[in-house]
Amino acid sequence: MNTKVIARPRTLAEKIVESIVERVITLAGFAAIAILALILLFLLRDGLPFLREYSFARALGGINWYPISFPPVFGMLPLILGSVVVTAGALALAVPLGVASAIFIAEVAPGWSRSIFKTVIEVLATIPSVVYGFIGLATLAPLISRLPGVVSGQTALLGSVILAIMALPTIISISEDVMYSIPNTYRTASLAMGATRWQTIHRVVVPAARPGILAATMLAMGRVVGETMAVLMVTGNAASIPKLQNLLLLQSVRTLTATIAQEMGEVVFGSPHYHALFMIGLILFLITFAINLAADVVLRRIGGGR
Amino acid sequence: MNRVRVARTIERIAFTILGLACLTAMLPPVIFVYIIVAEGMERLSLTFVTSPPTMGMTAGGVLPAIIGTVYLILGTIVIALPLGILCAIYLTEYAPKGPLTRLIDIAIMNMAGVPSIVYGLFGMGLFVLALGFSQSVIAGALTLAALILPIIITSSVEAFRAVPQSFRWASLSLGASKLQTIRRVVLPNAISGIVTGAVLGIGRAAGETAAILFTVAAFFLPVTRNIFTEPMATLGGQVMALPTHLYFIATQVPGADRSIMWATALVLLLVVLVFTIPASVYRTVIRARKKW
Repeated sequence: MNTKVIARPRTLAEKIVESIVERVITLAGFAAIAILALILLFLLRDGLPFLREYSFARALGGINWYPISFPPVFGMLPLILGSVVVTAGALALAVPLGVASAIFIAEVAPGWSRSIFKTVIEVLATIPSVVYGFIGLATLAPLISRLPGVVSGQTALLGSVILAIMALPTIISISEDVMYSIPNTYRTASLAMGATRWQTIHRVVVPAARPGILAATMLAMGRVVGETMAVLMVTGNAASIPKLQNLLLLQSVRTLTATIAQEMGEVVFGSPHYHALFMIGLILFLITFAINLAADVVLRRIGGGR
Repeated sequence: MNRVRVARTIERIAFTILGLACLTAMLPPVIFVYIIVAEGMERLSLTFVTSPPTMGMTAGGVLPAIIGTVYLILGTIVIALPLGILCAIYLTEYAPKGPLTRLIDIAIMNMAGVPSIVYGLFGMGLFVLALGFSQSVIAGALTLAALILPIIITSSVEAFRAVPQSFRWASLSLGASKLQTIRRVVLPNAISGIVTGAVLGIGRAAGETAAILFTVAAFFLPVTRNIFTEPMATLGGQVMALPTHLYFIATQVPGADRSIMWATALVLLLVVLVFTIPASVYRTVIRARKKW
């Protein structure tokens, strides 16, 4: 709001107090930028020293992660692939299911039920990840271990399933918002030309919502990549490259996030291992930053382009 | 068969599939909650929540973890709420419509997307090590405050924006200054939205594990200090916390009793839901109702 303010004349005390308070408010306004910059700063501060002794290419492409051997080997490829496999699996499950659910809530379900759905989804989204991890460990892992050829239930598959369950509220909520905000004129025009509601949905509404659904998927991907506790408890944490011949998803993997959580407790401050873990943190920060930035661009474009 | 009939049948099938998808999507968490309640009730009792763990954490209760979580929540809210509200005031009342403001919005959105383990690393690097707080309640609270700041800011901005402009103009036209208007007109009318955001933030902070693993969480600390009688010592020391406690007994304590794990999960779930359910319901009700 930028209307010119003509207040009654201020006393000296009021002038001083108001100017201080307004300065504090302005400072607070930049808090978010400041904190984000600080996060990046400290990740760099403790992560870049890793590159002093270990080349970036060797780290990214190395296929062995032996941080406590002598000398230590910091090949991050198994960790990266672990994150990739688990994330891909989770999105493969969550996106179709989530978008279908969003379509159902926005277009098929009766109008009064929408707020009930939204509330339930919002509440389900607040369940802590450690609870999901524990439940996955306690109930689903034994089920998976009954499959033939599987030694332990703690696998990438379980990770993907649990992460999909955790990502669904995000996907459903945002996709539903996008579809709900598509102007009704689109629907009425289609129906007026004789289309059924389903034809309207899948030929008019969903294509119009596509950028928003893409953004929802990206945000969910960011959340899945960054998830720590659930995958830590449920994927078995073997830092080895998942092999296709061993039934990709039924192996134990370790993600980037779980590596940090698992090893940071035992690391010597200032050692190469310590810096390596911060380097992983830096990589995670940059990945999620890029994903969120892209999603933000997409969301802004559909917001203004209609 | 005519085209309309075919189309209608396809529609009926499609809608059924969509409904099933929605059910499949929403059922698992609900089933999980049910299982936790069913299994956790066995061990849940007054003794469980009022006594510390014993026998190497294979028996006993979760009292120190509950107290630790309470301390963390208090510290987090004390830091995040004022900062978040002030930031929201800047964004809604003072910020010019320029690229700098756009940058702030981007920063807030990105803060919300940073993985919690990265917040943990940040907290460790800045508060625990660089500022020398070492693993402590104050380090954990600062880290959690950074983590929930986006939630507080976004809810507060929404709350401030919901206050009609006419309220502000009326106040200004009576000779009040901008700050007076904010303090006496805008803030009081936005309080419900702000509180909702704060409660949701508390729920998030209470369930957060990765961010506190290396900034405050103790593996086993059965005796918690009293924050009211020894504030500095408590703030400067470690505590146990419910989410990390669940993680530890589920993965790192050999021979832990399964029923204790379920009960701990149940306590954690209850603590979080007691905040988030009322806040979410209230938020939906408020958004649906026509304002003013």
